[in-house]
Amino acid sequence: MGITTARLATALETFADRIHDARDELTALDSAIGDADHGINMDRGFTAVRGLLPGLREGDAGSLCKQAGRTLISTVGGAAGPLYGTFFLRLGTTLGEAQELAPGDFARGVRAGLEGIITLGKANLDDKTMVDAMVPAVEALETGAEADFPAALAAAAQAAAVGRDRVTPLVARKGRASYLGERSAGHQDPGATSTTLLFEAFRDELGSGD
Amino acid sequence: MKKLINVPDRLVDEELAGMARAHADLIRIEAPNVVVRRDAPRPGKVGVISGGGSGHEPMHGGFVGRGMLDAACPGAVFTSPVPDQMLAATQAVNGGAGVLHIVKNYTGDIMNFELASELAKADGIEVEAVVIADDVAVKDSLYTAGRRGVGGTVLAEKIVGAAAEEGADLATVRALCEKVQANVRSMGMALTSCTVPSAGKPTFEIGDDEMEIGIGIHGEPGRERRKLATADEITEMLAVPIIDDLPFTSGDRVLAFVNGMGGTPLLELYVVYRKLAEILDGRGITIARSLVGPYITSLEMAGCSITLLKLDDELTRLWDAPVHTPALRWGV
Repeated sequence: MGITTARLATALETFADRIHDARDELTALDSAIGDADHGINMDRGFTAVRGLLPGLREGDAGSLCKQAGRTLISTVGGAAGPLYGTFFLRLGTTLGEAQELAPGDFARGVRAGLEGIITLGKANLDDKTMVDAMVPAVEALETGAEADFPAALAAAAQAAAVGRDRVTPLVARKGRASYLGERSAGHQDPGATSTTLLFEAFRDELGSGD
Repeated sequence: MKKLINVPDRLVDEELAGMARAHADLIRIEAPNVVVRRDAPRPGKVGVISGGGSGHEPMHGGFVGRGMLDAACPGAVFTSPVPDQMLAATQAVNGGAGVLHIVKNYTGDIMNFELASELAKADGIEVEAVVIADDVAVKDSLYTAGRRGVGGTVLAEKIVGAAAEEGADLATVRALCEKVQANVRSMGMALTSCTVPSAGKPTFEIGDDEMEIGIGIHGEPGRERRKLATADEITEMLAVPIIDDLPFTSGDRVLAFVNGMGGTPLLELYVVYRKLAEILDGRGITIARSLVGPYITSLEMAGCSITLLKLDDELTRLWDAPVHTPALRWGV
């Protein structure tokens, strides 16, 4: 089963819809331990990405993801813009000009995206950031992608949610939440929350056959 | 939420349109949302730019003009601007002598400025960056995001801008900015929260008898919540950690900056300044220069911050140098 560019575009559209629906929730999480803008900024960026999708569905997956990445860098701002933008740029660079992807290609692309985020943001596991959701999700995807892609996508989404919840009790060490010190403990991380939504969108749109 | 707003999404655009009309003699606005000194680029002059989220007015756009910034990049409220803005600003002020980016230490600001710097260098523009991280409320550590950039940024922009105006080269301007960063410390507190217009409600709830100590400039809660104290007690809570951190010691000459967070009247800021002067007197520290007022704000938040900068002859002379911007003006 291959992943077409159109299907990847649908996944981005679903993610954009869910970010829009979760806008207030993400902003509320960010109000507790950050600066109350994560939902607002992500919604602005992915609304811009959604506008590009019709023109990119027919092309290659690499162009779709790279264009999404550039748009996010140019519209989101804050830390989320460069981080999500880099994720999609690296994903797009890895996917290249293929019209239809094998599950293993997609897993390698997502790994490259994660590496880009870690290089730029310099966050490690347990710093209480989006990395805590993304690392286990990418590992789950890599483990099962070749054998059973839908099951691997489901495991990745599940792993992201577990990672997000695992760090809620921790004290943040990166990003604006880190300024609160001990007071950040017990609050769910907004970045790990939006990352979980991303892997849920991958699960729901890439997991079924064409 | 009660604010003078038409549509939250258009707020910054409409603000900039207003600034362009009000200060047409000093600045112009270029796409995508960049405040540029009216006569930029000036051939042979190092360009000095800064940027950050909106909501801190007059910083940074109000500091664009002669003897301070050449351009400023305002992002959405409390959100770092995007690299396209920093790149456009860098290109707009490049007079061939290079451009200094003054960056406040926030994860988003650092990443967006780094991306812009790469793009500008690819265009053949020489770019240096200095990160301001002066907030003593945040413990500095290799394993954290480090200290926030707060009030010291205003002083750095003034002093560095003066040197660039005099014709100092990029290496000199950068070293000077690092010297300011090495000698400046700040801390802030809040009496109320503030409302990000797109969010529509206050970022945090706080009781009438409570205050937040160790806040930044983004309406976020501080390091701890305490029972409300008197102005003198609050001044002491802010001043002592600042003095002990550098440390400022007997015989030092300082610039003392009492800043309003946006919702506190000047009346109260002078009460804080009075106590600050008394504390510094008691420690044998001389206030050589002062600044009092709302210069780096957090929307309509009530509260204040204190910044101390250790002065020498060079910094004092550059502080006194002429400046003509929408928000700071003397010597012209």
